[in-house]
Amino acid sequence: MTDDAGVSTAVQLFPTCLGDVLARQTVDDTERVLTALGISHSRPSGTTCCGQPAFNSGHDHPARAVAKATLRALDDGSDEPILVPSGSCTSMVRLHWRELFHGTPEAEGALRVARRVRELSSYLAEHTEALRALKPTLAVRVGYHDSCHMLRELRIKEAPRQVLATIAGVELIELASSERCCGFGGTFSGRYPEVSVAMADAKIDDLEFAKIDVLVSSDPGCLMQLAGRMSRQETPVRAVHLATLLCEALA
Amino acid sequence: MSATREDVGGTPLPPGWAQPAHQPDAFEISTTTFEQRATETMARPFARRAIANATDHAAALTTARFVGIDHDALRDKARQIRAHAIANLPDYLDQWIDAAEAHGTIVHYAADESEARRIVAQICRDEAVTRVVKSKSMASEEVSLNSALEAIGIDIYETDLGEFVVQAMGDRPGHVIAPILHRTKDEVHALFSTMAGRELPNEAEALTAFARDRLRHAFLTADAGISGGNFLIAETGEVLLVTNEGNGRLTTALPKIHIALVGIEKIVPRRRDLAVLLPLLTGHGTGQQITTYVTMVAGPRREQEPDGPERMHVVLLDAGRSALLGGEFEEALHCIRCGACQNVCPVYRQVGGHAYGWVYGGPIGAVLTPLFRGQVEGGELAHATTLCGACDDVCPVKIPLHDLLLGLRRRRDEEGCVPRSEQLAFALWGQVWSRPLLYRASTAVARGSLRVIARDGVLSAKAPLLRRWTAGRDLVVGRRRS
Ligand code: SF4
Repeated sequence: MTDDAGVSTAVQLFPTCLGDVLARQTVDDTERVLTALGISHSRPSGTTCCGQPAFNSGHDHPARAVAKATLRALDDGSDEPILVPSGSCTSMVRLHWRELFHGTPEAEGALRVARRVRELSSYLAEHTEALRALKPTLAVRVGYHDSCHMLRELRIKEAPRQVLATIAGVELIELASSERCCGFGGTFSGRYPEVSVAMADAKIDDLEFAKIDVLVSSDPGCLMQLAGRMSRQETPVRAVHLATLLCEALA
Repeated sequence: MSATREDVGGTPLPPGWAQPAHQPDAFEISTTTFEQRATETMARPFARRAIANATDHAAALTTARFVGIDHDALRDKARQIRAHAIANLPDYLDQWIDAAEAHGTIVHYAADESEARRIVAQICRDEAVTRVVKSKSMASEEVSLNSALEAIGIDIYETDLGEFVVQAMGDRPGHVIAPILHRTKDEVHALFSTMAGRELPNEAEALTAFARDRLRHAFLTADAGISGGNFLIAETGEVLLVTNEGNGRLTTALPKIHIALVGIEKIVPRRRDLAVLLPLLTGHGTGQQITTYVTMVAGPRREQEPDGPERMHVVLLDAGRSALLGGEFEEALHCIRCGACQNVCPVYRQVGGHAYGWVYGGPIGAVLTPLFRGQVEGGELAHATTLCGACDDVCPVKIPLHDLLLGLRRRRDEEGCVPRSEQLAFALWGQVWSRPLLYRASTAVARGSLRVIARDGVLSAKAPLLRRWTAGRDLVVGRRRS
């Protein structure tokens, strides 16, 4: 299905493993936003994880086994975009599956899926007019955290800000540390917890933090890290996914 | 001759002014973990703040330096030059050796660290050297040169201001460009005041003047100068040094013997390549267009020349470098040691250089240490990064540090250096999550248990299996709005 502008209006949603365990709200909210936009969406059954935790730890074998299950579920013969509410998982599928499946029978399928995956905010940024027409409104001061994989692998920086700009009442305050890593790093956060937490603090201690109500990001991993530290420190700032903020603004 | 060598000017340093250098040995690196070493630095709030401030400042200077310049194109050119030089390293090295020998330079080749120490010690014995001035050299750190020379009774004076402080404290350099980046001015002030035996003004000029006076004496009485080298220029046989304090020039020109210890990967084909590499090295190192001094040395003093050493030795250091040629990690040899990756690294910013255990810290240290020292000593370092990619974006010669780190993680797995528990955990994970039905069951169980142990949607501390994670953070489970 495509709309008049030729933009695909039927999409699939890959929740990712974090979306299946800890960030279910993010997935729900993504679906709500898509529904509000009149974009029909479905979740392919049988997806698991993109394999990144093992791949980034150097364990290609289990990474491939797990990613293969997700690949099978996503490579369904359609060419609908596959939206992923995580910059990091998008980057894994889009850029690293090629390498992971190189020389295996799944190589072609991996390329097909890699071409279809879209990071959520970059997809929504193509629908800013439709979003504006829905009159999303929320009076909050927002800081945005650029996740590393989204910024430096997918090179997406403007899209989430364009989406934020569709919300009436949102004041975006650029954080000096917006591009600095939050210290999550997947298994890094468990291998070196103290360093990881110190890195989160380096973001939270950003002076501009005092000026914001909400910290927004497009990566559930970073949000888990930052929300976790902010909760422990009782920092009076909420950390939410872009889809959640949008959903609240549409409510 | 009536004047002794001691009354030439400047004030001599008393015996015992320097603390014995602390060089971590293989045992120490393999028996302490990155986490333990990192905790040591993190426990010193002053050091942490000093590191963060200094790296942020350096990174900002680098950014500012290249505003309005097609930086990316320059980096591409630099990458090509480095890739070409390293791909043809043996040929260019031969060319360099021929040209250097034609200038009268005596060239040595050290296959490993102990050979490098032996060669330099032998030169010192043959030339009856008892006092050495040194300008900054990371290669000499690699081979623990100072302790080797001290052991045969040679007095060594580090003449780079930062290295002088390092030596006096018995510390180790914490950064490739700024050795005392982890120190504060107050610490230096306290140190120099103790050395002077009186309270010095706590101002940069006074502190520098103190060091200068002491070092002047060392310069004027040293028998040999030992330097590193930033580049070896194949077509001319020159060694190029960049410095800001002028100590490099004095080290290479004043004493009667000059010894340069240089990694073989420092080769560049032609002088004109420096038009690209030099501004990138200085711009990424210190944010400068060019350093105060750029010294190119080609051989000992010739007859008609007024100054320069009587003999010049160059020790070409391999120590793990040639083993990388043609392999998966060859690009690590492209490094020009500018330190920019350290300045932008969010992990280095917290833990500093010493946490990496050996000579090099930050992303390039996490790559070079396992390559030069082996998996047992340095393998863990490949995991001591979040793979955030900031280093890739800044590296002036575009080394894909992120990919190299990932490759090292893989090699660690292939070589069986991963702890058994981690192997098992990932194997089990692979078994369960590669089957959608088991995956669904396992995620349902995870959700259920999290809900049970969480309070108000937050899992705060000491949850089984999650203890490390929740020691400093909550796990925000949240409740789903319907
Ligand atoms: S890896 Fe690149 S950024 Fe890091 S020190 Fe070497 S040249 Fe500089």
